Amino acid sequence: MAALPKRLSTGDAIAITVFAVLAIFPLLAKFGTEGYLLALVTRVMIFAIAAIALDLIVGFGALVSFGHAAFVGLGAYAVGILASHGITDALVALPAALLVSALFAFVTGLVCLRTKGVYFIMITLAFGQMAFFTASSLAPYGGDDGLTVRMRDTVAGLPLLRSDGALYYVAFVCLLATFALCRALIVSRFGRVFRGARENPMRLAAIGFDVFRYQLAAYVIAGALAGMSGFLLANATNFVSPAYMSWQRSGELIIMVVLGGMGTLYGAIIGAAAFLFAEEWLSELTEHWKMIFGPLLIIVVVFARGGLIGLVFGRGRHD
Amino acid sequence: MSTSLLIVQILNGLQLGVLLFLIAAGLTLVFGVMDFINLAHGVQYMLGAYLAVMFYSLTGSFLAALILALLATLAFGLLLEFVVFRHLYDRDHLDQVIATFGVILFLNQGVKFVWGAAPLSLPIPEFFSGSVVLMPGLLYPVWRLVIIGSGFAVALILYLLVSRTRVGMLVRAGATNAAMVSALGVNIRRLFMIVFGFGTMLAGFAGIMIAPILSVEPGMGDTILILAFVVIVIGGIGSIRGALIAALLIGLVDTLGRSFAVDLLRLFMAPSPARTVGPAIASMLIYLLMAVVLYIRPSGLFPAKGR
Amino acid sequence: MTEPVLRIEALQKNFGAVRATDDVTLDIVPGELHAIIGPNGAGKTTLISQISGLLAPDAGTIRFAGTDVTHLPVHARAALGIARSFQITSILPRFSALENVALAVQARSGTSFRFFGRAASEPELNEPARAALAETGLAARADVLAAHLSHGERRALELAIALAMQPKLLLLDEPMAGTSHEETERLIALLQRLKGRFPIVLVEHDMTAVFALADRISVLIYGRILASGAPEVVRADKDVVTAYLGEEME
Repeated sequence: MAALPKRLSTGDAIAITVFAVLAIFPLLAKFGTEGYLLALVTRVMIFAIAAIALDLIVGFGALVSFGHAAFVGLGAYAVGILASHGITDALVALPAALLVSALFAFVTGLVCLRTKGVYFIMITLAFGQMAFFTASSLAPYGGDDGLTVRMRDTVAGLPLLRSDGALYYVAFVCLLATFALCRALIVSRFGRVFRGARENPMRLAAIGFDVFRYQLAAYVIAGALAGMSGFLLANATNFVSPAYMSWQRSGELIIMVVLGGMGTLYGAIIGAAAFLFAEEWLSELTEHWKMIFGPLLIIVVVFARGGLIGLVFGRGRHD
Repeated sequence: MSTSLLIVQILNGLQLGVLLFLIAAGLTLVFGVMDFINLAHGVQYMLGAYLAVMFYSLTGSFLAALILALLATLAFGLLLEFVVFRHLYDRDHLDQVIATFGVILFLNQGVKFVWGAAPLSLPIPEFFSGSVVLMPGLLYPVWRLVIIGSGFAVALILYLLVSRTRVGMLVRAGATNAAMVSALGVNIRRLFMIVFGFGTMLAGFAGIMIAPILSVEPGMGDTILILAFVVIVIGGIGSIRGALIAALLIGLVDTLGRSFAVDLLRLFMAPSPARTVGPAIASMLIYLLMAVVLYIRPSGLFPAKGR
Repeated sequence: MTEPVLRIEALQKNFGAVRATDDVTLDIVPGELHAIIGPNGAGKTTLISQISGLLAPDAGTIRFAGTDVTHLPVHARAALGIARSFQITSILPRFSALENVALAVQARSGTSFRFFGRAASEPELNEPARAALAETGLAARADVLAAHLSHGERRALELAIALAMQPKLLLLDEPMAGTSHEETERLIALLQRLKGRFPIVLVEHDMTAVFALADRISVLIYGRILASGAPEVVRADKDVVTAYLGEEME
C-alpha cells in the first residue's frame, strides 16, 4: 500500500460504484418496502462512518481499538443529553458530539498509545467499558434503559432531518465527507508518517518523527468521526442507550472493517452493509441466526483473507 | 462499616479472585506460549456450568457431575482447537479476535438452543451446604470457602507442575520464547495442546464450582472473560504468578469497591450524589486500575517475555 | 583546537552484571571519520545506540554540538542532526525506495501535520530524495518496493535515508556486514566521497575498509576503550595487537 497510483484503479472504481449506488438508492427503493429498507441503508451508512474511522487507525496504523463503539455512544449521548435539556439544534448537537468524542479520544489516547499489541487492544477495551458503565449509571439520563429522543434535531430551527429521506441524504453526505477526508489523510504528509509508523516505528523515530503525536492525532480524528456517527445514530433511531458503547458493538465494528476488506476505506462501507444485511436477513430465517452467523465469521476469517473485497477482486493492493 | 461486613467482603473478594485466576491461568498460558488471543475462553467456563447442570440431572451426584463435566469440557475444548483454533495460530491478533468472537456468538446461541434462555441452577452438594460460624455473629457459606480453598489448591498444583516438572519447564520456556523452544526440537504443537487442554479444564472447573451459587445462563462467560483479560494484562502475559496476584487484586478491588464505594464517597460528598456516582465508579474501578498499571508498566506487572 | 562535535564523557551502561559500556570517554571532531573496532560483544552497537538515543546510559554524559543530549529521545536527536544506520537493516518494506528516502526529507521540510495534498508527488521531497539515492547508486531502483531490494541495495538504502537527513553526525553500524566484495568496494568509495562533509562514526569489522577510511580509530574491548588515535599508532599498539588485531592483520 505504498506507491499509490495516479490513474483510476480498481479501488477507485469500487468506491465510485458504492457511492453511486447509495446516491440513487432511495429512488430505487420506492418500488419496494421503502420505509424499512431506507431506514436499513441509512443505518448501514451511519455505521459505515464509524467503520471507516476505525479502518483509518486499524487498517493503516495497526492500532486495533476494541473500544471504538464508545465514541459512537458518546456522540449519541451528546444528542440525547442536550435534547433532554431542551437543546435540539443540530448546529449545537453535532459540534458537541464531535467535541466530546475528540476529547475522550485525546485523553484515553494519551494512555493507550503508550502500549502496543494486545495491551493496546485491552486498554481500549477497558476505556470502552468505562464509558459503558458510566452511561449505564446515569440515572437522570435513562441509565441502563436508555433515553428516548423525542424528536430529531433541527438545523437552525428548520426540521431538516424530520423526514427519513432527508436524514438519508444527510447521512450520505456525512459518509462521503468521511471517506474523502480519510482518503486525503492517507496520501498526505501526515498519512505517510502514520503509515510508516505501522511498518517500522523505530525507523521513523530515527529520521526525526515523534510517532506518538501522529498516532494520537489519528486516534482523535477517528474518535471524532465516530462521534459524528453517533450523532446521526441518535437522530435516526430517536433513542440512545449504553448498549451503543458495549464491547460487543466495538467487536461488531471491527468485524465490519475486516469483513469488507481492511485498509481500503471503501471496504468498511461494504463490510457494514454485509454485516447489517446478514443480520437482518438471517434473523428473518431463525431466532437462532447467530448460530449461523458465528461460523460464517469464522469461515470468512480463515478462508477469505482480505475480506469480501479480497474474495471478489483477489488479494493484493486495491488503491 | 462493621468488621464482620469487611471480613465477609474480603472473603467474597478472594472468592472472585480465585475464580478469575482459574480462568486467567489458562488464558495467559495460551496467549504466552502460542500468542493466541482466545476470546472463546469464557464459553469454556459457561459450558462447564451447563454441563455440570446436565450431568447432575442425569446422575443425581455432584461428584459424578463434576468429573463428567470436566471431561466433557476438555473434550469440547480439544474439538474447538482442532476445528477452529488450529487454523488461526499464524494469523494476526485481529483475525483471532474476530474468529473467536464468532465462536462466542455460536455457543452463546447454542446453549440457548439446547437448554433454553431461562437461567438454570445447581444445588450445593449436601455436605458443603449451609454456613459456618467464623466469628461470633459472622456466618459465611461453606461452599464459598470450598471455592476459595480449591482455587488455592489448584494454584499450588499449578505452581508445582510449572516449576518442578519437565513439562512445566518447557511451558515456562515456551511462554518466554516459543520460537527458541521450537528450534530446540521440542514439539511445540503438542506442548501447546497440553497447555490448552489444561487451561480449558481450569475454566470448566471454575464454571462447575460457581454453578451452585450463580445462575447458569447464556452469556455468563462474557463479563468474566473481560475481567480475565484485565487480569492477564495487569499480571503480565504468560505469567501464572502474575495471573494469581492480579486475579486476587482485582477480585478484592472489585468486591470491596462495590461494597464500600458509596460509603467512602459519603466522606467527601452528600449522600445523594454519592449514591449516583458510587456505583458508576465501583464498576469502573478495575478498568481504572488497569489503565494506571499499563501507564506505569506498559507490559503488565510480571510479563513472561520481560519488559 | 576545534570544538568536538560529539563529546562522550564517562559513559556507563550495564546489563545486569555485564558492563557493556565501561567508562567510555570519546571526542569526535568536525569532518573526521572515526572508526570504532573491537571483537564481537565488545559493546560497539550498545555505544552507537546510546549516542543515537535508543538506549539510555546508566551514567555519564553525551554532548552534541554543545547540547546535552544524554536524555533526549531518539527523534529529538535525529531532528538535531544525528543520523544512524542500523546493523540489522531497518527500512519500510512496503514503501518504495524513493518513499523511504522522501520520508527522511519530509522530516526536515516543514510540518508533517499536513492533512491534504499528495505527499508522494511533492517535488520538494522527491528531488532531494532522488539525489540521495543517486549518491548511493540506487537511482535506477527508486520506484522498487524496499522489500524487493537485495541485501546490499537495502544497506545502500539505509545510507541514502541517512544522507537525506542532511546529518551533522553520521553513525554507521557495520554497513558492510554481509555485503558482497563489489558492494563493499562501492561503499568504501562512497564513504571516501562523503568524508569531510560531516563527522562519521564507523563501526566495522572489515579492516581493509577501516584502515582505508579512518582518520582516527578507537578500539573497544569489553566495553572499555583500549586505545584511540591515528591508524598507524593504533596498529602498532602492543595491547591492541594482542587483544584484537593479532588474528585480523594476518
